[in-house]
Amino acid sequence: MPHIDIDWLGDHVELPEGLGAEQLAADLVRVGLEEEAIHTADVTGPLVVGRVVEMTPEPQKNGKTINWCLVDVGTHNADGRPAGEGGEPRGIVCGAHNFAPGDLVVVALPGAVLPGPFPIASRKTYGHVSDGMICSAKELGLGQDHAGIIVLERYGYTAGAGYDLAPGTDAVALLGLGDEVLEINVTPDRGYCFSYRGVAREYAHSTGATFTDRGLPTGAEPAATPDGFPVLVEDAAPLHGAVGCDRFVTRVVRGIDPQAPTPAWMQRRLTRSGMRPISLAVDVTNYVMLDLGQPLHAYDLAQVAAPVVVRRAAPGERLTTLDDVDRALDPEDLLITDSPDGAHAARVLGIAGVMGGASSEVTAATTDVLVEAAHFDPVTVARSSRRHKLSSEAAKRFERGVDPRLPAVAAQRVVDLLVELAGGTADPAVSDLDTTRAPAAVRLPLHEAERLVGVPYTPEQITGTLEAIGCTVSSEVSSEVSNGTTSGSAAVEVVPPTWRPDLTEPADLVEEIARIVGYDHIPSVLPAAPGGRGLTSEQRARRSVARALAEAGFVETLSYPFVNPAEHDALRLPLDDPRRRAVRLVNPLADDKPEMRTNVLTTLLETVRRNVGRGLTDLALFEIGLVTRPVPGAPAAPTLPGGVRPSPADLEALRAAVPPQPRHVAGVLTGRSEPAGWWGEGRAADWTDALAAARLVAERAGVGLDVAADRDHAPWHPGRCARLSTPDGAVVGHAGELHPKVVETLGLPPRSVAFELDLDAVVSAAGDVPVQAVPVSAFPAAKEDLAFVVADDLPVGDLWAAIVDGAGDLLEDLALFDVFSGPQIGPDKTSFAFSLRLRAPDRTLSADDVRAVRAEVVASAETRVGAQLRG
Amino acid sequence: MSTPDHAPETAREHPAAPSPLDAPALEAVVDDALAAVAAARDLDALKAVRIDHTGDRSPLALANRQIGSLAPSDKAVAGKLLGPLRGRLNQAISARQAVLEAERDERVLVEESVDVTLPVDREPRGARHPLSTLQEKVADFFVGMGWEIAEGPELETEWFNFDALNFGPDHPARQMQDTFYVAGEPGPDGEVALSNLVLRTHTSPVQARALLERDLPVYIACPGKVYRTDALDATHTPVFHQVEGLAVDKGLTMAHLLGTLDAFARAMFGPEAKTRLRPSFFPFTEPSAEMDLWFPQKKGGPGWIEWGGCGMVNPHVLRAVGVDPEEYSGFAFGMGIERTLMLRHQIADMHDMVEGDVRFATQFGMGI
Repeated sequence: MPHIDIDWLGDHVELPEGLGAEQLAADLVRVGLEEEAIHTADVTGPLVVGRVVEMTPEPQKNGKTINWCLVDVGTHNADGRPAGEGGEPRGIVCGAHNFAPGDLVVVALPGAVLPGPFPIASRKTYGHVSDGMICSAKELGLGQDHAGIIVLERYGYTAGAGYDLAPGTDAVALLGLGDEVLEINVTPDRGYCFSYRGVAREYAHSTGATFTDRGLPTGAEPAATPDGFPVLVEDAAPLHGAVGCDRFVTRVVRGIDPQAPTPAWMQRRLTRSGMRPISLAVDVTNYVMLDLGQPLHAYDLAQVAAPVVVRRAAPGERLTTLDDVDRALDPEDLLITDSPDGAHAARVLGIAGVMGGASSEVTAATTDVLVEAAHFDPVTVARSSRRHKLSSEAAKRFERGVDPRLPAVAAQRVVDLLVELAGGTADPAVSDLDTTRAPAAVRLPLHEAERLVGVPYTPEQITGTLEAIGCTVSSEVSSEVSNGTTSGSAAVEVVPPTWRPDLTEPADLVEEIARIVGYDHIPSVLPAAPGGRGLTSEQRARRSVARALAEAGFVETLSYPFVNPAEHDALRLPLDDPRRRAVRLVNPLADDKPEMRTNVLTTLLETVRRNVGRGLTDLALFEIGLVTRPVPGAPAAPTLPGGVRPSPADLEALRAAVPPQPRHVAGVLTGRSEPAGWWGEGRAADWTDALAAARLVAERAGVGLDVAADRDHAPWHPGRCARLSTPDGAVVGHAGELHPKVVETLGLPPRSVAFELDLDAVVSAAGDVPVQAVPVSAFPAAKEDLAFVVADDLPVGDLWAAIVDGAGDLLEDLALFDVFSGPQIGPDKTSFAFSLRLRAPDRTLSADDVRAVRAEVVASAETRVGAQLRG
Repeated sequence: MSTPDHAPETAREHPAAPSPLDAPALEAVVDDALAAVAAARDLDALKAVRIDHTGDRSPLALANRQIGSLAPSDKAVAGKLLGPLRGRLNQAISARQAVLEAERDERVLVEESVDVTLPVDREPRGARHPLSTLQEKVADFFVGMGWEIAEGPELETEWFNFDALNFGPDHPARQMQDTFYVAGEPGPDGEVALSNLVLRTHTSPVQARALLERDLPVYIACPGKVYRTDALDATHTPVFHQVEGLAVDKGLTMAHLLGTLDAFARAMFGPEAKTRLRPSFFPFTEPSAEMDLWFPQKKGGPGWIEWGGCGMVNPHVLRAVGVDPEEYSGFAFGMGIERTLMLRHQIADMHDMVEGDVRFATQFGMGI
């Protein structure tokens, strides 16, 4: 994101004396340019100009050669006297070799702190006392160049350019290291703020400071000439109907001095704005880009063969870009090509608006420069930039939108700077291919801003603000404005400026009015909603379930729903288990977890393992979350445009494409479900805890569950797994002890137990019918105990059901109070003892009543499950 | 059945009975008895005293029994003499009984003392995850204002997640670096097809769903899970939660947006909290704003911190769901549940919230 050098900003807008980065940030954020960071060079302490007096190379045992240097640092010499007055220069060890005696360098003296922080002190090294450090650009936070130390003359700091370079002079001020740089965050609609021109305009909006727009044509820009460099746009495949290039300006500067250095001020501004100085011609194009926002390219004229043709790539074409990467081009890539040896558009010079190629680059031998200033389609550039993962400075600007009126202005600036700094001559030949269109007018009802913002803006505020941001505002195009306030159907026609392609609707203009006048003018008014229906019964049921589990001792956890398919094996899911049919991500965060979970237990068990790994082994965890159950052969979702309501058929297609995502609840218990303590050993969690929790869930949701043994459902123990169904017979989940092999594979504590339920199915089975209350009988109860002997493989649930049915309406409560097997009742038999509480709603039960119930129960138990009453 | 009061008379040796007319002798018997009552140290001793001195074989009972054989004139004298003496003795016994019972009761309570500092939690305590609790608290706030809670799928079509919200096909947010894309069903030749599905990157698609499904006006909040391709670190997690708010009605303005946000801020952070808007950009709102929260509990003193994004629903979005933007207007906002929880509870690192260590949730219990 853009770095703002305050000194440079002052070229475009009046700034108050001593403006700091913090205040600038505060001013800019009010109009929507957020502070990303404030960069300081973080250099403190003595940093001075030094002159190398002597330099002695000393080869070292480790193969390196160091230089033992004597450096005159003026009054900072040890005895306080410059070398010229007989002072003794400082001795400094330096590992770099790109300088010579007599050079002016930057010396950090003991006590200085360089970015890092890296404090400088006198220290013994390589057999000398090194009394400071000769600095590189990187060490000063000025750039990435670590290879060599800064030789000031080569950086453009010469006495001739007006700099005080006497040894001992403060280099912090000389290099501008004391100033802060503000980095701002520019939202995608504000491409023009990727320039000093744009940021200065916003600063003016925020503060009222006087702004001078240096991006407007001045009239000095020459028109195209018949001998201008030939350029053709041959876009055979525009994206969204927008031709890839609608403006292409070329200028030629001849006879530049290839050795001319980039002046220090320009290097400093580039560096502080986050760009690396390279060579004068390149630096000038970058400088003008940062200044105005127009990306530019400088070609070596001798290497470009007319005509230049802008076209899409052909299949199979390749280009080696300036970063030395050989790239396969895509037919959507827009290319700049030229025509060597008359072969029309045969050679690729670069990807338009993204990056140039190596072949036509300006080099140290270039004397004639062809300057390109073009305007490319944002979508084309954005796609190429992403396709090739090339987020160049040019691409960043083009994909956000560049002012199509800038090319001629920016090209003129480049020409002027090359003439001034490199001694070139501007060629009168100019080409300017221009098919740009003026921005469309937007009709803005004057009351629209108040309607959306709630602030009664005056017509003067509306018009004034829009004109300030560069719009042309017509006088009112329709009727009355009364009493100076906006009302009725009065409207204006607004033509946005060329640098604001984002302004296409009245709402866009309203935002400009609101933000320039200030969001702090908006009052705070709580709207009165018409009154809602509260939480839905499903939402309330889910809350009850979660709360009940937590009150029952379970801790709620959340896990990521990403799954490694190998986990299906760990859970022993059969190959045809529907839970193996998972949605896959194209770009998972971890390559080994590409699937979305089809059940919660898989990821909950990971949470369990993490806790166990941390020494927490007595656990009761639950998780409620969505799972994804793709439908085989489901169609892809249709691609439909935004901004238009889809047809009913399209809406149905959208709905059908979304896989079912039922909400599940799962729980796991390990170790003890009741803790050990001074009261005793506690109780180990077992299958009954898992089943009880599942039943609690259903009960809180408002439905009872039918329980049956399930001998074949992973990951549960085949002899200790309950299949759970709702009264309508739908299977909604399982509970019980986990399979010992699963426990072993996952490293869980032995005998871990678990349940999982489709919570949505449970909740919807409960329905929304109010409970029908039964009056409470105040008549006395009768108690009756009965023990039955049954075959020991009979599920007691069957016996229970037989008793309930036999007892009829008088049965108020049934409890199983003893289970017994032994020689007294014979082999392969079990005895179950029940206690029945009987009560009538309308009378005290007689002994005959009780006898009759007892007889019915015994008969039912015998006929239905072959149970014998135990005498 | 027998009780000690009716013990056989042969069970004990009793002194000879005085004559019921012998006042000094009777007085002496009673004085002995009273002394014995006073000397009884516990209820068992008192019971023995009672049997000895008032039982059937006691001197007074024997004396009483002799009255029947006295001359009629002596009967009255003996009666007057014996009655008060027996009354005095019984009264003394009752009084002593009461004292001894009180002493016993007190002693039993002392003896039954327990150590109340022993650990007593025999049932493990469960807990809700604070992110869930916070989402419920958020929902309660909006329900209290008459809004409703809307929901939508986490695996969502690109149309709802992007196009309906005015993210064009070339919007940077649609690129791989932010969004989890869902693979399509492989074609007949095994080639990977597009599904045009994503893991929703925000709760905003629920806006479009709600506007398509509900009648206007609409006032909804949607707390829920969202996904971005950020690796887990102290401040990022690929799976997190947002709450989305949406109101579409006639006459809604940014002033109503600000009023709603202020009320929400107070509900989350206390009566001193408030919000301010800063210009920003989101494809689905115009005008758009970043929302800062005045956070009274901020470390180092109260101050503004970023809390979420918001704005007036973009006319493109309204058109995509068939709402006329010239008749209706609306506002929308969204903020991170994790961020809200971190601010409220001084949580510095994301890891604890996502790793599922029971010790994290347990400190919150059932509330936040």
